[in-house]
Amino acid sequence: MADTAVKEVKEKKPLLGKKERKLLLDPLNDNNPITVQVLGICSALAVTSMVLPSVVISVAVVFVTAFSSLFVSLLRRKIPKQVRMIAQLVIIAFLVTVVELLLKAYNYPVYKQLSVYIGLIITNCIVMGRLEAFAMANKPWPAFLDGIGNGLGYGAILIGVSVIRELFGKGSLFAGTPIALNIIGPTSDYWINTTTNPWFSWYVNNNLMVLPVAAMFIIGVFIWVQRTFNQKLVDVS
Amino acid sequence: MNNRYIIVFIFLLTSVVALSLTMLRQVTEPLAKKNEELFTKKAILSAVADHLPEGKDLDVMPADTLLSFFDQQVQAVVVDASGQVVREEGGDKIQVAKVWKAPAGQRKMPVFIYENAGKNYYIFPLRGKGLWDEIWGYIALDSDLNTVVGVSFDHKAETPGLGAEIKDNPKFAKQFVGKKVFDEQGQFVSISLKKGGALPDDPHAVDGITGATLTANGVSAMLSNGLGWYLPYLKSVKKNQG
Repeated sequence: MADTAVKEVKEKKPLLGKKERKLLLDPLNDNNPITVQVLGICSALAVTSMVLPSVVISVAVVFVTAFSSLFVSLLRRKIPKQVRMIAQLVIIAFLVTVVELLLKAYNYPVYKQLSVYIGLIITNCIVMGRLEAFAMANKPWPAFLDGIGNGLGYGAILIGVSVIRELFGKGSLFAGTPIALNIIGPTSDYWINTTTNPWFSWYVNNNLMVLPVAAMFIIGVFIWVQRTFNQKLVDVS
Repeated sequence: MNNRYIIVFIFLLTSVVALSLTMLRQVTEPLAKKNEELFTKKAILSAVADHLPEGKDLDVMPADTLLSFFDQQVQAVVVDASGQVVREEGGDKIQVAKVWKAPAGQRKMPVFIYENAGKNYYIFPLRGKGLWDEIWGYIALDSDLNTVVGVSFDHKAETPGLGAEIKDNPKFAKQFVGKKVFDEQGQFVSISLKKGGALPDDPHAVDGITGATLTANGVSAMLSNGLGWYLPYLKSVKKNQG
């Protein structure tokens, strides 16, 4: 009897239980790396002026955070304390170089467009932050999910910011992709042609949106809105 | 944990990483090389994109078609600083980035002569500095060696959405079409990017890029330095034309 009971407990431990789901979804809202932990701001300001680079960087960051968390967690008992940061950095740099080589071979135009920003994932604070805070102290599967979750939380903010910036800064969306939309602008290439449309003749693109500072304001607004709806995050003091 | 363990651990970790990256690079290198060649030749041809034969579109052309089209239509001559043609072919093998760093008198640079419908277009490679790192590009002149028929720019590390617009925004490159490199007296004036917008009838200026003044200044300098180096060649071709 006791034997079977133990077995049952073991088998019933689900792959995506409540705890795992929390790991995956928490970083999207309650523990978002950008709006709550305020990590990875540098790249969020630099690459979000258009949607396409933001999407590619987000996918690359999800890949890097997930697998670096997995590898570090697998090695967490083997990594000597004194050199753990160096070991983590080697693993992160390895994964980023893999992304770079694969892009170079299979999607050269996107590689060219992102150029140095791929390499800069190595210094993205989110990756190392999660390794130090979570992967070094947890089992591989939760660490992997935590990595995916944080990558997604980062990506969601990046894409949100880039949609606003591209739309109001350039009047387009997804430029450079097959589903590029020209929404508003002064020529007939756009859906709303501001030179002929009487309702929108006042409209001009907001040049501030093109600049990195715009991302600062937008992220600020995101944080404000998030805290309005999520009272848990409001500091009571 | 003693020091020996630490050393062995780091040694093993870095060895595994180095070995796997080397293997991955070995596998992807040929693909990356071909991508690079294709990219360069496409960039050269996109400077004359308005003058391709009927029905040819660089964006949908398969890789092999594009490479063989390049070989058929483009003669890549090599010229020196005095404007002499040193070699009649092989210019596409020259690493412009390296050669441009040499002193001006020692450079041997390629000129790509593209032929379509009995007319020659001259495409000149350019190198310069943007805000963060190198920028480069190609400018194509009509057979009068004065009127611009197209440009294509690229960069190593300009900011996406700002300086990177020199490459990503087709409207930026379109502005150059029809601009003149020489003024009416035949003096070389190049083409510059104007902050706040160029006057519509100025044949030597185009609009700069909002938020990317330093990249724009780099492009202006690249155009005047780059075309400036080719002046002796331009003069000798003009003389031969009569």
